[in-house]
Amino acid sequence: MTIAAAQSNPTPAILPGSGGMRGALSDLFWRRPKLLLLLMLLPPLLWLGIVYIGSLFALLLQSFFSIDEFSGLINRQFTLKTYGDLLQAANLDIILRTVTMAALVTLASAIIAFPIAYYAARYARGRWKALFYLGVMLPLWSSYLVKIYAWKLILAKEGILTWLLAKLNLLWLLDGWLSLPVVGGNSLSVSFTGTFIVFVYVWLPFMILPVQAALERVPGNLVEASSDLGASPGQTFRNVLFPLALPGIVAGSIFTFSLTLGDYIIPQIIGTSRLFIGQAVYSQQGTAGNIPLAAAFTVVPIVIMGFYLWGAKRMGAFDAL
Amino acid sequence: MTSAVSFKQVSRHFGSVRAVDAVDLDIVPGEFFAMLGPSGSGKTTCLRLIAGFEQPTTGSISIFGERAEGVPPYRRNVNTVFQDYALFPHLNVLDNVAYGLMVKGVGKAERLKAAEEALSLVRLPGYGARRPGQLSGGQRQRVALARALVNQPKVLLLDEPLGALDLKLRENMQEELKSLQKVLGITFVFVTHDQGEALSMADRIAVFNDGKIMQVGTPEDIYQRPNTRFVADFVGSSNVLPPVFVQRYSGQHRWGSLRPESIRVSSAASGDGVAARLVGTNYLGATTRLALDADGLRLHAVVPAGMALPAEGEAVMLTFNRDSLHLMDEPA
Repeated sequence: MTIAAAQSNPTPAILPGSGGMRGALSDLFWRRPKLLLLLMLLPPLLWLGIVYIGSLFALLLQSFFSIDEFSGLINRQFTLKTYGDLLQAANLDIILRTVTMAALVTLASAIIAFPIAYYAARYARGRWKALFYLGVMLPLWSSYLVKIYAWKLILAKEGILTWLLAKLNLLWLLDGWLSLPVVGGNSLSVSFTGTFIVFVYVWLPFMILPVQAALERVPGNLVEASSDLGASPGQTFRNVLFPLALPGIVAGSIFTFSLTLGDYIIPQIIGTSRLFIGQAVYSQQGTAGNIPLAAAFTVVPIVIMGFYLWGAKRMGAFDAL
Repeated sequence: MTSAVSFKQVSRHFGSVRAVDAVDLDIVPGEFFAMLGPSGSGKTTCLRLIAGFEQPTTGSISIFGERAEGVPPYRRNVNTVFQDYALFPHLNVLDNVAYGLMVKGVGKAERLKAAEEALSLVRLPGYGARRPGQLSGGQRQRVALARALVNQPKVLLLDEPLGALDLKLRENMQEELKSLQKVLGITFVFVTHDQGEALSMADRIAVFNDGKIMQVGTPEDIYQRPNTRFVADFVGSSNVLPPVFVQRYSGQHRWGSLRPESIRVSSAASGDGVAARLVGTNYLGATTRLALDADGLRLHAVVPAGMALPAEGEAVMLTFNRDSLHLMDEPA
C-alpha cells in the first residue's frame, strides 16, 4: 500500500532549481567546493599574511639594523652588531631571568593544572562540569589589569595574605621566605615570588583547558586495562595517563611559556625593579628609542619557542596526537 | 576441588538499580564458561566484579580459594580482553603485549621475547613494530588476547570480544579461541549476548536476566531443557507453550518448550495433530523458518530448505514427537 502511494506521488524525481542569483551560486559552490573554501579563506589569509607575518618580518628586519650612538639615528645597514649587544652582561641577565621565570611558571602551572583537569575530564558530569568551565573561565572575563592590581593588594605588606598568616601564627614562615636571596624582598608584592604567583594565576586557565581536552580523549578503559595488566595507580599515571596527556601539557606550556616570555605588565606592577624581556623591549623602543635592540630582544622568545617545540617534538610529545 | 571463581550471594547495586542480585556461581578450573544474557542483564558487571573493577555491595567472591573483595585489579592474577580491545594508542604492538610484564619489572629482552611468542600464539608474528591504529579489527582483537595471555593469568575474562567483528571473522575467531583454551588450559570466562556463540564455544553457560542467573548448565542442557520461559525464548527462540496447551499433550499443567526444528508441518488433510495456518515464511538458506498460527497461539517451525511448502494463508497440520516437548520448572 505504501508502495502504491509512493508511485502515485506527483512530485518529480529531480526538483527544479530555486532560480535567481542565490540558486545559481549554491549550485556552483556545490559543484566546486574548493572555490567556496578559497573564498572563505581569502580574507583571513590576507590578514595573516600581510598584517601579521608581514609586520613580524619588518620587526626581524629592524633587528639587523643598528643605532648610531652619537646621533641616535637608525643606521639602515645590515649588521649583527645589535645581536652582539644582546650578549652584554646586563642584557643576557634579562634574558636568563625571563627564561627561568617562564620555565618555573610553566612547571608550576602544569603541576597545579593536572589534578584539576583530570577531575574535570574523568569525574565531573553535568552541573559540575559547567561549574568547572565557569570556574576556569571566570577569571578570564575580568580585566587583566584589575586582576594584577588586586594581587598587588593581596600580596602587599598590609595585605590580606600577611594578615591571614599573622592570624595563623605563620608569619615567621613568610618572613623567612622573604629573607631569602633572589626570591625574597621587602614584601611579596615587590619580590620575584610575587611575580611568579601572579604569572601562575593569570596563565593557569591556558594550561588547564588543553590538558583537560587531552585527558578527555583518553578512553577510560585504558586506565582499567593498565590496572588489569598489573600496573599500580602510579605506574598507570607514568605509562598511560601522562604520555597521553603530554600533547595537552605541551600545548598548554606553549601558552604559559610564551606569554610569560613576552609579558611586560606583571613584572612592572609586581616584583623587583629588575627587567624582564617584555619590559626591556618596552623601554628600548620607547624612551631609549633603540628600535633595533628592541627588535632583537623580541626575536629571543621566538627563537626560544622554536627550540622548545623542536625539542618537544623530538621527545615524542606529539606522538599520541 | 576449589572453584576458579566462586560467587556467594553477590550483589552489586548502583543506586536503586540491582545490576547483580544475590548471585551464586561456581566456575570450574580449566573450563570455558560463558555468561549469556541480554544487555543490562548483569553479565558484564559480574565480569567486572571478577576483574576487580567493581566491588560487590554484599556477598563474597573468591578466586582459586582466595578472598577477592577489596583486592585492587592490579593485584589479581586475572586478565581481561576488553570489548573494544583498549590497546594503548601511544605504544606499538610489541610494547602493548609486553606491558603487563613491564610493570611487573621483567627485563626488557625477556619481556619482548615473551611478547613476540604471545604474538605468534595468536598468529600475528612480526606485527610488533606496528601501531594499534594500523591494524584491522580482527588483528587488534588478537593483540588484546596476546596482551592478556602473556601474563599467564589464572582466569582470562573476555567481554564480548567478538562483537565488533564481521560474521566470517567471528566464526574463525570462535574456533581459534576454543582451541587456544584447550591448549593453554586456562579458565576462560566469556561474556556474550549471542546465544549461538555461547552454545558453540562454552563448556557451561550461565543465562542472566535482570541481575540474576536463570540457569547454569551445559549448552545441551540450556538448549534442550530450558527451565524458564525466559531461557527458552532467549536461547534459540524456542516455542513457549502455555500450560493449557501443554496439559493436552502431557497431562501436566506446566509451561512447556518446543524447539522449532522439532515441529513437522504437513498439509491439513493428513492425520491428527495441531491444526494451524501458515502466516509467513522466512528463507534462511539451509532452512526455512515458518510462522504459524494455531488457534491464536503463535508458533515457529524450522524446516529444511527444498521441502515443498504450503502457500501462505493455507491450513496445515503440525505434529511433533511427545519426547521433544520439554516441561519447564517455572510455576504455571
